[in-house]
Formats: sequence, structure tokens, C-alpha cells
Amino acid sequence: MTAEALPRPAVCPACVVPLPDMPLTDAPVEGHIILSLPTIHCAACISAVERGLADAPGIRTARVNLSLKRVTVDADPDVTPDHLVVRLAAIGYEAHELDPSLLSDARGDITGKNLLMRLAVAGFAMMNVMLLSVAVWAGAEAATRDLMHWISAMIALPTIAFSAQPFFKNGWSALRVGRLNMDVPISLAILLAGAMSLFETMQSGEHAYFDAALSLTFFLLAGRYLDHRTRASARSAAQELAALEVPRALKMVDGVEVLTPVAELAVGDVIVVKPGTRMPVDGLILTGESEIDRAFLTGESLPAYVGPDTPTSAGEINLTGPLTIKVTAPSKESALHRIADLVALAENSRNKYTSLADRAAAIYAPGVHLLAAIAFVVWFVISQDLRLSLNIAIAVLIITCPCALGLAVPAVTTAASGRLYRKGVLLKNATALERLAEIDTVIFDKTGTLTLGTPTLNQPESYATRDLKLAIALARHSAHPLAQALAALAQTNLPDVTDVTEVPGRGIEAKLNGERVRLGRASWVGAPPSQQTATTLQIGEAPPVSFTFSDQIRPGMTALMAELDQMGFDIHLITGDADAAAQDIADRLGIQNVTANALPEDKLNIINKLAQSGHKTLMVGDGLNDTGALTAAHVSISPASAIDAARVASDIVILGRDFSPLSDCIKTARSARARIKENFGLAAVYNMIAVPFALLGFATPLMAALAMSASSITVTLNAWRVR
Amino acid sequence: MEILTYLIPISLFLGGLGLLGFFWMLKKGQFDDPDGDANRILRTDYDDAPKP
Repeated sequence: MTAEALPRPAVCPACVVPLPDMPLTDAPVEGHIILSLPTIHCAACISAVERGLADAPGIRTARVNLSLKRVTVDADPDVTPDHLVVRLAAIGYEAHELDPSLLSDARGDITGKNLLMRLAVAGFAMMNVMLLSVAVWAGAEAATRDLMHWISAMIALPTIAFSAQPFFKNGWSALRVGRLNMDVPISLAILLAGAMSLFETMQSGEHAYFDAALSLTFFLLAGRYLDHRTRASARSAAQELAALEVPRALKMVDGVEVLTPVAELAVGDVIVVKPGTRMPVDGLILTGESEIDRAFLTGESLPAYVGPDTPTSAGEINLTGPLTIKVTAPSKESALHRIADLVALAENSRNKYTSLADRAAAIYAPGVHLLAAIAFVVWFVISQDLRLSLNIAIAVLIITCPCALGLAVPAVTTAASGRLYRKGVLLKNATALERLAEIDTVIFDKTGTLTLGTPTLNQPESYATRDLKLAIALARHSAHPLAQALAALAQTNLPDVTDVTEVPGRGIEAKLNGERVRLGRASWVGAPPSQQTATTLQIGEAPPVSFTFSDQIRPGMTALMAELDQMGFDIHLITGDADAAAQDIADRLGIQNVTANALPEDKLNIINKLAQSGHKTLMVGDGLNDTGALTAAHVSISPASAIDAARVASDIVILGRDFSPLSDCIKTARSARARIKENFGLAAVYNMIAVPFALLGFATPLMAALAMSASSITVTLNAWRVR
Repeated sequence: MEILTYLIPISLFLGGLGLLGFFWMLKKGQFDDPDGDANRILRTDYDDAPKP
């Protein structure tokens, strides 16, 4: 699932960027490798990476893209990405393989190029026609004026036909379903301005609005392009997160493990899942015992024991022992994918949300058309001159045409999302900022969101040094998260343990000076089961010692809670984890409203109930069990470490481990909303000044050009005040 | 004023040439990596001889 695979239903046809004519993703070319290089930042990095790769055998070309922090390598088919990752690591660059089929912009941003081309043509034509118009404004008369008008027409009409197509298409698609959007008055103004000017030129008339029609097209295309750029960069970053998880599995073919793409796995295939890796598909365990981490699916922080004949779902992480699994559902139909698809199809709050721009269009479009119609009728009654009244009505349409309105929103969102992007916040949805500015309640998931999902030992100093050192020595031999947490504690003079064996799903057993020592599940070493996350150490037949762990709180969370509290938000904690663990975290962060043991449906219900009582909720979560809630909430945020489906379901992704940008995010959102409203105000003021002139018949092409440029520039400058 | 009959076509032609140049650059992907291009100029790799 990628953001790209999720065509957002057209909320407003004006917001749908025209689709490119050719399919975005072809099958990835054999030997074409894309690597993500998160640490490159300068000219020296480019040289080092390109030279380091070019020297490797079998590589034809390597080209770094610094803007996207990627390198595209064209290599012989036998060169594997792992090989290149190792090579880059050796020269000091962190590299990750990307799945090219999930990167829609791997071959360049076609929609963006399309828009840029139209923009360039419109800009070229506008400048030329403006030059010719200067001659007319300066007082060219009779034949000279007609010549200028005819040349302008020859430049302007083909340009309008080419460059203004996106507006015509969107306007038409709105009209066809009986709705009005901002593109309807835009298209109408451009078309009528072109037609009226052509007619006036033929009649040797005084006023032609070719330059106005073109500058309208140009400024509005600029707004459209900014909008596209903002969304494209966020989308490409979001896709990159998805593409980082290259889906491969180890399939058993005639007793040999073969690396196979997950998409090619069929029901009945047997695969091997090594400790520390994620289940790629739904299946049934054939052989092996292990513990699996279901935190992503259920929010439980305690691993569960599994053995033969236990069903497993895609997304669970195998912790201790290798498992052979019979595939029961192909990857496309796995539980994980089904939930992700449900989220994609579910009608969610953001589809029902009407953005500020849409609301403005809903008031503005009928108003302008009514005004033009009134001008026509009144002037026709007074003067009985069809040509004059038409000219005035069209002048009203042109003068009021929303240059500033078209730029008001994209200029602000571009400024705001650029600012947030530098802080490591990705805005995936166009209206996310507006919705974020409205929230009054924040709901957090626990495991993986408030906490990092990595356990740490409680009070290491409270254990006897001998026990602790022995536990660490044993823990070094296991990939289990609790063992890893123990092994991470720096200690010297560890005892020598021999004959270490890991008993999958249970723990580690070894010999210390001939005596049996064990570290593992309480039930295995014969201790009473603990309510807390714990592992137990037993030396010989001595009474077992229990090491308890708790989850580590995400950095920046404490400060964030204080700040959110100060801003007056209601903070909730809803988790699928047990009471004790939830209460512990809530106490440490000072959260009052705690709901533990929540099923995914419970989370959804709580959010819907809050919504019914008039609250606007922000949901922050990372697991599959959160996706329903993320979709239902007014606006949703997930960390980059979240499961793919959760990132797809959320509007905003925070890239770093630190969550402190979240409060900045809310502040920027509020500031952005204020700027957007100011921009609408500015546009309205311009119209209030210009419309009376147009209605009274004093409007000239020069006036239209001045009003349009001045309002567009003011609006853009105002947008940069976003904090 | 007869000079205009030459000047206007010439100015349009020159402008059009610029536009075609822009299309060519767009097609060649010269706007795909603005940050990279800004940095590449600072490299010393090909200071002495052109890129092989």
C-alpha cells in the first residue's frame, strides 16, 4: 500500500491534479536499483557515492539525486542491492534499498512537468502580449492598435487552448455533476475574455483583454503548480517510507531457501521466517517454536508464545526461533492488506470535509455570475446596446476573477509545509493543516506512539551485580527484545558462560562453572507468572530472580504533554495493552483519561462518540489496531516507525523519533489558517475596489492587469508570514 | 513604424527559442534535482579536464 495506490475520491474537482497520460509505474527494469541515502548532504557526498559505486564491478552508471537523497544505479542483473549497501557502508554512507515499483516518481514527476510546461507557455505568451499591450495603453491608434490586437490574438488564443486546459477539465467535471467550483468562474472568465477580445479585434474595438486572460492563466497555473509541488514532495517522501520495506520472503523449494518476492507467494507454499523479521503473509506454523510480537496488530506489549499449528498473521514479528510457515492466504489477501484496503475504501472524515477554498468558492462563484448577469441586464435596459452590455458584463467577470483567491490557499500551504518539512513533518493531505487547526482533543495510542516500543530494565541498580552480569552475558545470545534491552546495558567483567543454547519461545540455557543457568519465561524456569513485562533468571536450583522492564517513553513526549495541556487540549490515552502498563505510562506523562484493553473497534467507537458530542479529534497512533481510529478522527498523525497501513491512513507523518514537532505543527496549522483567511480578506478588498469601476463601465484592460498582479503579489507575500 | 513588421516577428522568434530551450531542459530532467545541481558545481572532479 502506498499513498500513490490510494486515489483520493474527488472531494472537489478543482483539487484533482490532472492525471498524467501515461502510466506512472512500469515494471521495474532489470538491474535498475534505487537506494535511499538519508545522510548525504553536500557536493563531497555526491562525488564519494558516485565514484564509490562506479568503481564497483558490473555497474554501468550511478547518479545521485540530492533533492530526494537517492542514488539510481544502472547495473548488470547479477548485482544485488545488498552488495551495494555493504559497499556504501564501507565508505561511510548509510543506504537502504527502495522498491522501485512503489516509487511513482522514479521516472520523474510527469504531472509536475506537464504543469510546468503549461506554466512556461503561459508565461511566455503573457510577457509578449503584455509588451504589445503597452503600445496600446501608451496610445496606439487605429491601424497600429488593430495590428497589435491581431498579433496578441494569434499568441493568446492557442496559448489559452493549451495552458488553461487543467481549469477547463476541472470546471467541466464539476459542471457535469451539477456543482460549481472555483474552476467554473475561472474557465468562464478566460474563455469569455478570449472570445470577447477576438470579437472586439474584428470590430476594430478599443479594448481587448488578451493580456488579462493570459495573466489570469499564468497566475492561477502558478498556484496550481505550487500546490502540486507541495503535495508531490510529501507524497514522494511517504512513498519512500513504504518502498523501504522491500517485500521478500524465504521460500522453501525442494529443501532450499529461495529469496522470493512476497507478491509471488501462493497458498500452500512453505516459507521460513527468521527471528527478528516480520511475517510477510498469513499462515499456519508447521515447525518451530518462538515468541511473536503482536504489538502492531493489537497494541499488546507482551510477546506471545507460539508453536506448531498456531495461525499467524502478516505484520507480526517473529522474535526468538526460526519458524516454517505454510501460507494460508496470499499477500494481497492477508489480514494486514484487508485492513489496509478497508481503510482505503472507508468513507472517512476528510472526504466529508469541505476545505476553506471550497467554502469560499461556494459563496464566490454564484456571486460573481449573479453580479455579471445583473450588470448585463441593467446596462442592456439602460443603453439598449447589446455589445456594450456584454462587454461590461465580461469585464466584471474578468476583474473579479479570483487570481488572489486561486493563490490564497496554495501559497500558504506551500510556505507552511515547507517549514514543517524542514522539521521532519510530512503533510500528506492537502486539507490536513486546516483540519489540524480546528482540533480540541488529542488521543494517543501507547505502544510505539507514546513509547518507543523498546523495553528498558527498571532500576538496574536494584539487582545483585552477580545476577545482572550473568543475565547480560546470557542475553547477548538472543535477539528477543528483552534480551536486547539487557545486552544494551554496558557492563564489564561478564562471567564466562558455556554451552549456550536458545530454546525457541522459552529462553536461553547455558552452563556457568558446570552449573545450569537459565534466562527466559517465568513459567519455563518455574517462577510464578508476572503481570509486568519481565524475564526470569535462575542459577542452578536457586530461587529465580525476576527482571522487570517497562517501555521507554518517546523523547520529547513529556515536554509535548505539558505544552498540549497548556494549549488547553483534552488528552486521552487509548491502548490495547493491559491496565497496569497503560496506567504506568499515563502516570508518568500525567494523562487523566485512560482506556486500556481497547479493541480496534473500541478505539473507533470512542472517536465517533467524541465526534458526535462536537469534539474535533486528533488521533496519534502507529499500529494496525489504530488504523480505524486514524481514519475516523478529524485529523491523524503517525510516526515514521508506524506500520504501513497506519501511515497510509494518517494525514501527517512525523519522521524523527522525537515527537516535539507536534506542537509546532498545531501552531503552524493555526497560523496557516489565519493567513488563508487574511488572503481571502485581501482578495475581497481588491474586488470591492475594482468591481464598482467594472459595473459602471470604467474598467480598462490596464486596470485589470494592475489589479490582478497587485493582488496576486500581496497574497503571496502575506503567505510567507506563516510561522 | 514599418520597423515593427521586422521587430515583432524577431522578438517572438527569439522568445520562442527560449521557450523551446526550456522544453528541452524539462524533458532532459534538468529540473529534477535542484539541490544536487547547486552542489555539483562545487565539485573539483572535472576542473582540469572535461568529464570523460
